[in-house]
Amino acid sequence: MSAVLEPPVETFDKQLEELDTVTIRFAGDSGDGMQLTGTQFTNTSAIVGNDISTLPDFPAEIRAPAGSLPGVSGFQLNFSNHDIRTPGDQPNVLVAMNPAALKVNLADLEEGGTIIINSDEFTKENLERAAYHSNPLEDGALSGYRVHTLPISTLNMNALKGAVELSRKEMARCKNFFALGVLYWLYDRPLEPTLNWINAKFRKNPELAKANEVALKTGYNFAETTEVFTTHYKIKKAVIAPGRYRKITGNEATAIGFVTAAELAGRTLFYGSYPITPASDILHELARHKNFGVKTFQAEDEIAAVCAAIGASFTGHVGLTGTSGPGVALKQEAIGLAVMTELPLVIINVQRGGPSTGLPTKTEQADLFQAVWGRNGECPAIVIAPATPADCFNMAIEAVRLAFKYMVPVFYLSDGYLANGAEPWAVPAIEKLPRIEVKFATDPKNFMPYARDEKTLARPWALPGTPGLEHRIGGIEKQNITGNVNYDPENHHLMVKLRQQKVDRAVADIPPVEVFGDSSGKVLVLGWGSTFGSITSAVEKMRNEGKSVSSAHLRHLNPFPGNLGEVLSSFETVIIPEMNLGQLCTMIRARYLVGAVPFSKVKGRPFQIREIVQKVEEYL
Amino acid sequence: MTTQGNGNGHHVDASVSAESEGGASLFQIAPPPGELTKKDFVSNQEVRWCPGCGDYAILNNVQKVMPDLGISREKVVFVSGIGCSSRFPYYMNTYGFHSIHGRAPAIATGIKTANPELSVWVITGDGDALSIGGNHFMHVLRRNLDINYILFNNRIYGLTKGQYSPTSVFGQRTKSTPMGVIDYPVNPLSLAIASEATFVARSIDIDVKHLGTMVESAAKHKGVSFLEVYQNCNIFNDGAFDYFAERSVRSDNVLYLEHGKPMIFGKDRNRAIRMNGAHPEVVTIGENGITEADILVHDIHLQDPSVAFMLARMEQPDFPQPVGIFRAVERPSYDQLLVDQIDSAIAKSGPGSLDKLINSGDMWTVE
Repeated sequence: MSAVLEPPVETFDKQLEELDTVTIRFAGDSGDGMQLTGTQFTNTSAIVGNDISTLPDFPAEIRAPAGSLPGVSGFQLNFSNHDIRTPGDQPNVLVAMNPAALKVNLADLEEGGTIIINSDEFTKENLERAAYHSNPLEDGALSGYRVHTLPISTLNMNALKGAVELSRKEMARCKNFFALGVLYWLYDRPLEPTLNWINAKFRKNPELAKANEVALKTGYNFAETTEVFTTHYKIKKAVIAPGRYRKITGNEATAIGFVTAAELAGRTLFYGSYPITPASDILHELARHKNFGVKTFQAEDEIAAVCAAIGASFTGHVGLTGTSGPGVALKQEAIGLAVMTELPLVIINVQRGGPSTGLPTKTEQADLFQAVWGRNGECPAIVIAPATPADCFNMAIEAVRLAFKYMVPVFYLSDGYLANGAEPWAVPAIEKLPRIEVKFATDPKNFMPYARDEKTLARPWALPGTPGLEHRIGGIEKQNITGNVNYDPENHHLMVKLRQQKVDRAVADIPPVEVFGDSSGKVLVLGWGSTFGSITSAVEKMRNEGKSVSSAHLRHLNPFPGNLGEVLSSFETVIIPEMNLGQLCTMIRARYLVGAVPFSKVKGRPFQIREIVQKVEEYL
Repeated sequence: MTTQGNGNGHHVDASVSAESEGGASLFQIAPPPGELTKKDFVSNQEVRWCPGCGDYAILNNVQKVMPDLGISREKVVFVSGIGCSSRFPYYMNTYGFHSIHGRAPAIATGIKTANPELSVWVITGDGDALSIGGNHFMHVLRRNLDINYILFNNRIYGLTKGQYSPTSVFGQRTKSTPMGVIDYPVNPLSLAIASEATFVARSIDIDVKHLGTMVESAAKHKGVSFLEVYQNCNIFNDGAFDYFAERSVRSDNVLYLEHGKPMIFGKDRNRAIRMNGAHPEVVTIGENGITEADILVHDIHLQDPSVAFMLARMEQPDFPQPVGIFRAVERPSYDQLLVDQIDSAIAKSGPGSLDKLINSGDMWTVE
């Protein structure tokens, strides 16, 4: 080990200040390892007991030209000594590994915020790539901020040269861990969790393990020693309910949730999917769980993916397909087939910026209409939406439960923010999760493929392979009860209504919407999907200031919870923040004839808490 | 709605009658396989193709072959897309899924993957398979899913009343091409072979005996079986295949491919196919010193698809129109490989434990 790793002999007397909440954004070139750096900081913060919430922000291009503006990759982390629900409105700290990262992210930084800069990368060439006409480190552009310029590349290289047997390029790639070491000292984090990770990750390559370890420790020690930093900060443990926690992203929770749902139903999970951002990670995750019997099918296209899921569902599997908005557009005809054949099916839509290809890596909520009304004919489906990354687990189970019980397709609307954002998840006790009931027809006596359950109106699910139940289904209108092809006008009218009634009857089976705050008052902020964190935090903040604001969050969007009308009518104003032009708002107005106010933001980014506060203030 | 209990948790409207396609197989309990007859595979639905349609012959043949396959009725699933031929599942007293245009192979992939024990059949037409469903055609074949895929090729759109299809001949006048087709037709067998199909065959609707043999061979092949059937649409493309398939010219214009046999055809059994360098040519045995020894012998098991492809390109009038099995090779099927992967995952990591799954990743305890 080189000498730099030893505790420094002389240290300045540095102050340790306490903070409640910090938001850091790590930003660099997409090859700089910013996602990894951010993830490591997050994991360590969770382990020391902070509450955490993260938001990665990466380009659609895999490797845009080095140093260019489109190539900037960011990772924002909010960590706190109390309960938090968002990755933070504005970063307090920006780590900028090159000029492009500074340029792209500076506008988001809070006034007077801290910038940690890798000054080595501020070369003439890189400044030009980032379209800087003069060097912001020298021209006063950063005068309103606390700027720490560190020659991170050089310091990292000096620490590694001679210490490890690696190429210059390999050594240079460790600079993100040097920066991480600096941040660990600055926010008083232990190194062990990351050291453990390094040793596990590079088990087969001890030189790389050593290099990363040296970079991390040197960064830490440098920060402790250098006069650049006079103060470092402590963020105490948050008060969190005791238990086992896991850091989880929405896509992970979605995948695990559907594996769990299939197990709870005692059926095999079939996942048909075609790679698409930001849903592909669900396919990757599910493909790893073959020992659960999970069958993943990477189809030739979106249509094949959903059709295979329908075929699997006809055969008794949990038929699941996953995609983003453009993929749903292609699947809709087949989803209509599932409505017509009255088979259970779950469609995951990890929404992204649209229309068309839109903003593949950015978040949006503009596919609600598509899910509710986007097919030909009267073609109702159940629509649900998780509210937080961890909630994806619960809603996956809910999707399968409803699909099975009512024999209908269920849309599961996640979005890019939920998919890639992470939060702590109190892992549930498996034995406490309710089983999902599955009933298959087996008795050939008087079997009719379109007979109806009295309560749910669901038809029987009769699997190929069952003797005596041979029957034919398809997309042509069917006679109620017998399932024979039928063009009779009265029958069609009846079947259209029955298909709608099946969805409507699910109201009896979904929980009432809960109000956060008083059950009546001036303003109700109504949300759905990933806006939960910002809305709840905004409302909590305003309530603490004594304002008459409550919030409610919809996890079920079709049908709506049975008590929603009553909740809405208990407030003078209903404000609906959405990352679209007011889709839920339109549905609420149409259904309940209330003058709900849309609050739109369609920028590929989640709502900030303060934006919601500001909007609500207008109505108080 | 008047309902009454049926002891099955479901309720049945006693007043409805089964009068049209699809639906339940009322009171038809299957006898064990081996004792089944053709009749057991005939559904109670009235067949609604135009009188004289080639589809009848194919249906009849499939129903006839089914009992010989030794598969019980409930294990059979017919899947179709959209088009005249896609009504087929309604007429089979088995499980059936009449799906959406072009997508039957994808539905079948889900069915067969979910339950590899089922005998899954895709019934499709030239528009369904090669136009709107072209992508699935290629992929279900390369996937080598263990299903039987029968393409009814009538070189026309029938159900939409007479537009040209991807196999309509160049220049053909149809409702949508009053001045003639200017798309070049696609050759389904060439596509199938290029898509790595492990079993590729062709037959003709009116050649009943040959068709039966082909259906049976397709069913017995392990892996994907692609069978093209020339099928006459007597309303919109009548006589499309008469130039080689009509009884009076058939023996001169059709080459019946048989494994291990020389490629001989013609009324007098003296016309044959010989290789001339890299190219096939039609020769007459007994002329110019040509003997049977010069004639190309058919081998369906060649791994290299070149000869099968060459045969698929042979067409009237330069060559006889070949029918029979072009290619039958072995390769593990997708459904089997998937089962194998699951088995080996379980052997390696043990059966999935939800507890382990949930309690993995970046974890910590709050006390």
